[in-house]
Parts: sequence; structure tokens; C-alpha cells
Amino acid sequence: MTRPLARLEAAEPLPTRPAIRIRDLRKVFGQLVAIDGVSLDIAPGEFFMIVGPSGCGKTTLLRILAGLDSVTSGAIEIETPHSQRPVNSMIFQGDSIFPWMTVWDNAAYGLKMRRVPSATVKEVVGHYLARTGLTRFAKYYPHQLSGGMRQRVSIARAFANDPEILLMDEPFSALDAQNKLLLQEELLHIWEEHKKTVVFITHSVDEAVFLGDRIMVMTAQPGKVKTFVPVPLARPRNIMELQKMPQFGELIAHIWSSLREEVHRARQQEEEIKS
Amino acid sequence: MSVQTISTGSQAASKMSARTRDRLLNIISPLALLVLWELCARFGFIDTRFFPAPSSVVSTMIEMLRTGELVTHTAVSMQRLFYGAILGGVPALVLGIVMGLNRPIRALFDPLIAATYPVPKSAILPLALLIFGLGEASKIFMVAVGVFFPVVINATTGVLEINKIYLDVGRNYKANRWNTFWTIALPGALPVIMTGFKLGIGVGLVLIAVAEMVGAKSGLGYLIWSAWSTFAVEQMYVGLFVIAIIGFLITLILNELERVIIPWKADAT
Ligand SMILES: Nc1ncnc2c1ncn2[C@@H]1O[C@H](COP(=O)(O)OP(=O)(O)O)[C@@H](O)[C@H]1O
Ligand SMILES: [Mg+2]
Repeated sequence: MTRPLARLEAAEPLPTRPAIRIRDLRKVFGQLVAIDGVSLDIAPGEFFMIVGPSGCGKTTLLRILAGLDSVTSGAIEIETPHSQRPVNSMIFQGDSIFPWMTVWDNAAYGLKMRRVPSATVKEVVGHYLARTGLTRFAKYYPHQLSGGMRQRVSIARAFANDPEILLMDEPFSALDAQNKLLLQEELLHIWEEHKKTVVFITHSVDEAVFLGDRIMVMTAQPGKVKTFVPVPLARPRNIMELQKMPQFGELIAHIWSSLREEVHRARQQEEEIKS
Repeated sequence: MSVQTISTGSQAASKMSARTRDRLLNIISPLALLVLWELCARFGFIDTRFFPAPSSVVSTMIEMLRTGELVTHTAVSMQRLFYGAILGGVPALVLGIVMGLNRPIRALFDPLIAATYPVPKSAILPLALLIFGLGEASKIFMVAVGVFFPVVINATTGVLEINKIYLDVGRNYKANRWNTFWTIALPGALPVIMTGFKLGIGVGLVLIAVAEMVGAKSGLGYLIWSAWSTFAVEQMYVGLFVIAIIGFLITLILNELERVIIPWKADAT
């Protein structure tokens, strides 16, 4: 019933405090129970992955973390140690950059809303446009770009905003295989530099294992925690080397076996609704 | 001779010629009508007491331009149209966008607009004269009323049609009300607002002509009305022509303006 976005005491030793703490979260849309009793802790700097069948409440969970949706019951606490930085920035599923702004203005949006000095905006936005390969397109409008480039703009926008927590909702699913790989690697580089807390939704089990420290598998609707799977692969990771490691394949097989049941259940549910 | 060169070359050429062809056709149709009219008038197929030949209308127009009469009337009407468009359009824009963003405000104003919108605007001219007198204010008011409704309605619709995800982005990136207005609602609704504004200017042009026919001593509406009372039919046509030309020019200007202020719409070629 409460949703205390508590600013916990900064005096507490950091590692003992989770960055995100969720207890008995429940979210209901009318008759539909989207999320049912999810509890989890995410450590500061953790790269946390969520996988689950479509419609199991992943996006809803992320929107609740972003403060865009309310909870029906349960508690969420988000630690905010550096108060001048924004708590979270979301990379939305699907097209979300403003069609009426250039690539540059889109990427600078969060900083401008926070009234960051323009010299800093210039430097930071320039940096992230370069890292997402968009420098040449700074003055373009979104309709002049491909879908993958637009998604890169939304990634640059979130990174440039320098939040405590990055919330990423299937950010790479619209990209072609090569661009996806480049951006996954770039994301890992950036994350290794800054160690932001990342909550990352994906429908790709490979991606979950390649990127994550820990993976949460969710059940079909109503979304619950099915299992947590730690990913004990050393970092920095390299996809070529990972693919040669038996451990990588085993993890994928393990997660997939847990996920496949849920995907089947979700499919059955869909068929029941249709008939 | 390479096939590829021919195909790309002719493609570019046909694209160019399509545009020029449109322009030509745009000019040809009114010209053809004028020529037909002139011929009918000369050969007595139509009654020149009601439909004077275009050539005689043009010579009257030249005469009125020489005396400065026409320029004065046109300038007066344009000025009223301009002030009316600003006075009606700007509040409509702000109110419409706020209504689109804010549900309670929408619930508050919706019935008022729905109830007043269907009233024929020309029917409130006597009221405007009563309140504002015979001076400039009543004319400007009439234009403002005409522009207000299409703009307010389209601004609200335009904001409501903005994809919700953009408003979520605004919230997530901590846009305050002011920034939500300027960076999301206004640009997001601008294409629809422009359509409303064009409609509004059209209504405004009708209303300015009507308002100037009653209790005015200047303006194109007055020119047309006084031509009726003195049975100066050519002069009446001059007034009608000028209003038509103004309407046409305003449309051109607004289309151009739209291209400049909405550069993110797929390049219109
Ligand atoms: N605003 C909403 N109103 C009603 N139902 C919703 C709303 N948002 C999501 N849902 C429903 O909640 C469930 C979970 O949705 P979502 O979180 O988008 O799933 P996922 O991202 O895992 O595919 C779905 O059944 C969806 O139809
Ligand atoms: Mg989703």
C-alpha cells in the first residue's frame, strides 16, 4: 500500500544496503493480476537481468521502479547516495525518442531538464553520441534514421543523463545482430567504467547470460519470481571467448529449461483466452 | 548507353517535372476560368450587370489602386485579421494544450466549448457591436472568436493524440510542467494545431468581411457593401477578388510557415 521512495541514510556502509529492495510487490490492472508477490534485492552496481514470457509483467515491474506506475501493494525502496544525480533513467521498449527533436536534442533531454550547464551538456552528449556511433547524425531528425539508430539515440539519452540506476526494457531487440553485439559490448564497457546499477529486461537468454551478474526468471502471468540464477562468469567478458566455454552453454541451457515451461504456460493461457 | 544512367536520370527528371506540372496545372485552371468568363461577357452570354468582364474589373482595380483607396481598405482588413488571429489564437493554443494535458481542466472547459462552438459566429455580431461599439474592437473580436474555436479544439485533440510514451519519457526525465508544455505537448500537437489555425484564419476572413459590412467605414467588407449601395458592381468584384487573393496568399504563407516550424515531418517534396 505504501511506496516509500526512501532516501536511506548515506552513513550506512554501502555494500550492505541493496540499491533496490522490493517486498511482496503486487500490481493489479482491474481483474488482471500482472505481478504477484515479487520480492528481490538488487545490489549497488549489480547488472540484474529479467527474463520471462511476454505478458508476465516485466515492463510493468520496470515502470514501477521508474515511478511511472503505482503499486497495488508491497514496498519498494531505492537508495540514492549521490543526490545530485537522477535516481533512474529508463530506456523504453520500442520507439520513444521525440520525433520533433534532433538526435542531439533527444540525447541532451535529461540533462537539459536538470538544467546542467551547457558546456557539460555539450561534452557529455558528444561523448555518448560518439560511443553509440551517432556523431555524424547529431542534426538528423528521427524520421531520417533507421529503427536501430533511433534505439541507439534512446540509449545515448539514458546514459548521458548519468542516473544511479539504468532501467532497460528490451533495448536491443529491435537491432540487427551486428549492431546488437556492438552495443552489448559498448554497454559492458560503459558499465565497467561507472558500475551503475542496471535492471535489464530481455527475451534473449544468450543476452541475459552474456551481460548479467544475476538473472531473474519470471513465471507466466501472474508474474512471480520463478528462480534467481547467478552468472559466475569472469569479467571483462568477451562473447567469442564465452561461446567457447562449456559453462556458458550450461547456464543458457539451465535458464532456458526453467523459462520454457513458463513460455508454454503463457501460450496455453493465450489459447484459453482465445477459445 | 547504360540502362542504369537512363533510368536514374529520367527518374530525377520526372520527379522535377511532376512538381512543375502541378504548379502549371494550379495556374491554368483559374486562368482558364477567367478567359472563359471574359469571352462570355464580351459575347453577351452572361449579364454584365451582375457579372462584369474580368478586364473591366481589372481596370477598376487599377484605378482604385491609383487612388490608394484599395490599399487602405486592404491594409485595414489585414490588420484586423492579424490582431484577431493573435488575440484569438494564442489563448486558444494555451487553453487547448492545457486541456489536453490536464483532465480536470478538460472536464471543466469541454462543456463550455461544446455548447458555444455550434453558434454561428456571424450571429453574435450584433452582440459584439453592442459590447465593443462600432470601432476596431468589435471587428477584431469577431476574428478572434472565429480563430479561437478551431485552434482550441485542435490543440486539445492534438495533445490527446500524442503517444503516451512521450509523456512517460517526460516524467522519467523529470520535465516540469513548463517543459512538458514546451518540449512535448506543443511540438507534439503542432501539426494538428496548424490545421486548426488554417481553418480558423478561413473563418476569420469570412467574419471580417461580414463584420465590416455592418457599421464600418473601412475595410474590404465595407468596400463590397458600399459598392452594393451605389450599384458599383465592378468595385464589388474588386473587393471579392482581393479577399480571394488574400485567402490564397495566407494559405501559401501558412503552408510555408508549417514547413519551417515543423521540420520533423517527413520532408514534403
Ligand atoms: N496499463 C495497463 N492496463 C491494463 N493492463 C495492462 C496495462 N499494462 C500492462 N497490462 C497487462 O499486464 C500484463 C503485463 O504486461 P507487461 O508488463 O507489459 O508484460 P511484459 O513486459 O512482460 O511483456 C499484460 O497482460 C498486459 O496486458
Ligand atoms: Mg514488455
